[in-house]
Amino acid sequence: MKIEFRNPTRTVEIDGPMSVIKLLNKLDVNAASVLVICDGTLVPNDAFLQDDATVEIRNVISGGSGAVEGAQA
Amino acid sequence: MKCRVCKGPAVIDLKRHNANFCGEHFLRFCHQQVEKCIGEFDMCAPGDKLLVAVSGGKDSLAVWDILNNLGYEVDGLYIGLGIDNYSDPSGEFAKTFAHERGLKLTVVDIVEEYGYDVPDGSRAARRAPCSACGMSKRHIFDRVATEGGYDVLVTGHNLDDEAAVLFGNVLHWQTDYLARQHPVLPERNGLPRKVKPLVRLDEREMAAYCVIAGIDYMLDECPMAAGNKHLRYKDALNSIEAASPGSKQAFFHKFLNQGAPFFAEAAQELRNELQACETCGQPTPNDICAFCRLVERAGGQPVPVQLTARPS
Repeated sequence: MKIEFRNPTRTVEIDGPMSVIKLLNKLDVNAASVLVICDGTLVPNDAFLQDDATVEIRNVISGGSGAVEGAQA
Repeated sequence: MKCRVCKGPAVIDLKRHNANFCGEHFLRFCHQQVEKCIGEFDMCAPGDKLLVAVSGGKDSLAVWDILNNLGYEVDGLYIGLGIDNYSDPSGEFAKTFAHERGLKLTVVDIVEEYGYDVPDGSRAARRAPCSACGMSKRHIFDRVATEGGYDVLVTGHNLDDEAAVLFGNVLHWQTDYLARQHPVLPERNGLPRKVKPLVRLDEREMAAYCVIAGIDYMLDECPMAAGNKHLRYKDALNSIEAASPGSKQAFFHKFLNQGAPFFAEAAQELRNELQACETCGQPTPNDICAFCRLVERAGGQPVPVQLTARPS
């Protein structure tokens, strides 16, 4: 499988097939922090990924104003 | 894995709700969560004129889309912050979203209007970039909302954002910040009410909403935010969430129900301490607000618009 990480971007190859959750565990990725998109379609954690699939693992965590959020100027 | 509603193939599993959804019913779920949040915290009413602060990222575009779909009169505000290789592409996502849906978007560029950018402002004010950025945005949100006659200012802060802020405030026992943390900041001194309708939805759900709804958003992280405390707090909370689904929701919403009342008196005292900034008129505990001091130190232009304080 071709695994494309987004935000930040990098690509790795992993032998398949395997389930989404097994892939995330193998890559040590927290399932609460990413979306998995297989061949352009969002897939749940129990979906089975074929060996020839192109899989995007998209980080969904973004930064912000931090602890001063809502602070009065 | 099947959709909880229609039993068709699911595209997303939500462990904290012990539920799975197909695309159609996930979008409906998000709309329902926002409606529930608006009602629970009395955020706005039909007929209110809403302004949503959009960054080009997933959360702000999603909340704009949801409120528009729910039938609210809602315009957008994008602020160009002058951050290289980030601000311009972010703005394009916001503009494209608005254009494709026929929605009104106001654009303010701080370099053009105030004479500084966030990196320069951060250095000049000796503040962390996210602090200088947040302060600048809050000032401009208020300015544009007031000038435009908007009743409510909407931001795309989600459950993860609020839980991370709460985590940081508890970690350092910043009781003044704890006193202020709420999904609704009431209108005061002529400034609009500020609301966060996404606090029942987490970051992963908002990204999924955009993917399913076909909303293109800025994927790249702001280069100024890399490695900030907020991101570390989110990582820590997501580690807890993975082992114990629902922890973030319980942490934040139980704070609102059971913790925040202990800080109500302090919150009122903080509001009473505010006065109008001598330069711009915005509420501040000092003679000159932090934003106007930042503009001055960054060598920018005087604040061009005087806010007129109205009775709260």
